[in-house]
Amino acid sequence: MTIALSNMPWLETVVKIAKGENVGQNIQIILKTLGLPLAGILVFLMIWHAAASNINTSLGQFPGPADVVTQSKNLMNEHVTEREKAEAFYERQEKRNADRVAKDPDYVPKIRPYTGKPTYVDQIGTSLVTVLSGFFLASLIAVPLGIVIGLSSNLYSAFNPIIQIFKPVSPLAWLPLVTMVVSALYVTDDPMVPKSFVTSMITVMLCCLWPTVINTAVGVASISQDLKNVSQVLRLSYMTHVIKIVLPSSVPMMFTGLRLSLSIAWMVLIAAEMLAQNPGLGKFVWDEFQNGSSDSLGRIMVAVITIGLIGFLLDRIMLMIQRYVSWDKSATLR
Amino acid sequence: MNKMLEITGAGIEFNTPKGSFRALRDVNLKIQQGEFVSLIGHSGCGKSTVLNIVAGLLQATEGGVVLNGKEVNEPGPERAVVFQNHSLLPWLSAYENVELAVKQVFKGKKSKAEMKEWIEHNLGLVHMTHAMHKRPDEISGGMKQRVGIARALAMEPYVLLMDEPFGALDALTRAHLQDSLMEIQKDLNNTVIMITHDVDEAVLLSDRIVMMTNGPAATIGEILDVNLERPRNRLELADDPAYNHYRAAVLSFLYEKQKKVDSTTSSAPQANATKKPEPVAAPAIEPAQEPEKKIA
Ligand SMILES: Nc1ncnc2c1ncn2[C@@H]1O[C@H](COP(=O)(O)OP(=O)(O)OP(=O)(O)O)[C@@H](O)[C@H]1O
Ligand SMILES: [Mg+2]
Repeated sequence: MTIALSNMPWLETVVKIAKGENVGQNIQIILKTLGLPLAGILVFLMIWHAAASNINTSLGQFPGPADVVTQSKNLMNEHVTEREKAEAFYERQEKRNADRVAKDPDYVPKIRPYTGKPTYVDQIGTSLVTVLSGFFLASLIAVPLGIVIGLSSNLYSAFNPIIQIFKPVSPLAWLPLVTMVVSALYVTDDPMVPKSFVTSMITVMLCCLWPTVINTAVGVASISQDLKNVSQVLRLSYMTHVIKIVLPSSVPMMFTGLRLSLSIAWMVLIAAEMLAQNPGLGKFVWDEFQNGSSDSLGRIMVAVITIGLIGFLLDRIMLMIQRYVSWDKSATLR
Repeated sequence: MNKMLEITGAGIEFNTPKGSFRALRDVNLKIQQGEFVSLIGHSGCGKSTVLNIVAGLLQATEGGVVLNGKEVNEPGPERAVVFQNHSLLPWLSAYENVELAVKQVFKGKKSKAEMKEWIEHNLGLVHMTHAMHKRPDEISGGMKQRVGIARALAMEPYVLLMDEPFGALDALTRAHLQDSLMEIQKDLNNTVIMITHDVDEAVLLSDRIVMMTNGPAATIGEILDVNLERPRNRLELADDPAYNHYRAAVLSFLYEKQKKVDSTTSSAPQANATKKPEPVAAPAIEPAQEPEKKIA
């Protein structure tokens, strides 16, 4: 609860007003913390609206805020309808199976999955699962690598050029290579996850690895000599040294890296999904673009806003995790 | 075999960007088990360097250290260090800081309950029982220093190495900790090497005072034997002619024989730029109390 409140300072103030503390002053605080951002958004919406009505494309007018609202409603309705269809489909199937089992007890019922087209919500889900898997995989590699590199200045010098060279590589450059490698190596008759998912995930991983590696390494390398001396005098083993001294003192830098990585991962994912045809938000944008109906631009704009909001939320969640695991609660995190 | 610590012909040369810098040369010192030795000298002369060589944190360029017949070439818990700036792990409570050391030293020798008792006992020695579950940023500078001392004591070291353990403390806390240290050392009979800038502290606590010449290439200038009865009482000693004689001897070494050249003309690189001025006059000594000032 305290975490939630500290994320929303205005809520705290509302609580204070409700208690009758400094009402006048607190109303001012609310106007400032809540009013100013709202005013900013309002001004933005107005400019957007005005600009949109002046841009004409071959697919009709550029979508303004109103179109976006309409299209989000449409997308939600499509989602609900699709879910109802799916439910109806499973109900019918269950009934049919029950009937057949009643007639012939030896019959083993087969359950066929519903194969409707994925809805917008499904696509968001796919994107989230893909980005989190890629990010998780990257962290699993990057954090230990960063620690090992940070602990030894020799290893750091050896790895640094490689890191610096791979860091700026665009996902679009990796993707063809990853696609071919995945096609060559990931061959099963009954794949647990689709190839497009694996390709997107690995591309995301390759692109978001580096900030975590670099920041963790720098954090580890800058541990104070005093603490290293303590560790030496106590003759801590390598593992104890890492767990008791290195990890806690490099947590802030590590999270700086992880948050950078996650935001890169999310950006990369959209591009990767477009090209790999992984059924997430990236494919949604691509399909709408190919589709080219009069609604398409509005629907793409919905995706743009969704992508932004989710990116923001992911960062907030990382911040909350950082607050939770960091020993230094007084440090300002933003 | 006689248990003792021997520093033989120790010298050290640092590699700096501006070329090599000779900090110490030909340091020779024999310290008996249970002896309390103070190192005194002007700032930057090489006291910490001597201590770090004994601790094993620095390798002497020539010569070396032998403890109980075995050469010292790496750090170890039998030579516990109380660092100049306490060096507690900021993410652990006072208790956990001591626990880390105790677990490391007594793994497999003490049961869990025994360890807990031992940790609490040592925190008790430095009067930290009431705040043992607080983290370093929640306690005052003096309290941090005490936890550092408790951590070192809890390792049951042969040799206790202390780098200006009371340097950053106010006179009252310092007096109190000096008294505790004398008691603890009497009970445990550890060998102690303590660096200090404070002449009164050196005379009050030590069996011998090792006075170092100014750097670069510093070495031991004089060694003063302090033959005062123990237990020593700071109030009675204040009027003791012998005590004042020792004090005068140290002062004369520091401020006449090793008069500090102006640091701006000295070529020695200063390791510690923010150093307080040497205490010339003795601080007012008052009856021991325990001031608990919390850092705001
Ligand atoms: N790692 C190092 N590299 C280069 N020079 C060093 C290093 N450590 C210490 N020195 C130099 O060695 C000399 C002695 O330093 P040391 O820290 O031992 O002084 P000190 O007597 O402990 O001083 P203080 O009383 O201020 O703590 C100084 O001139 C310092 O600049
Ligand atoms: Mg020093």
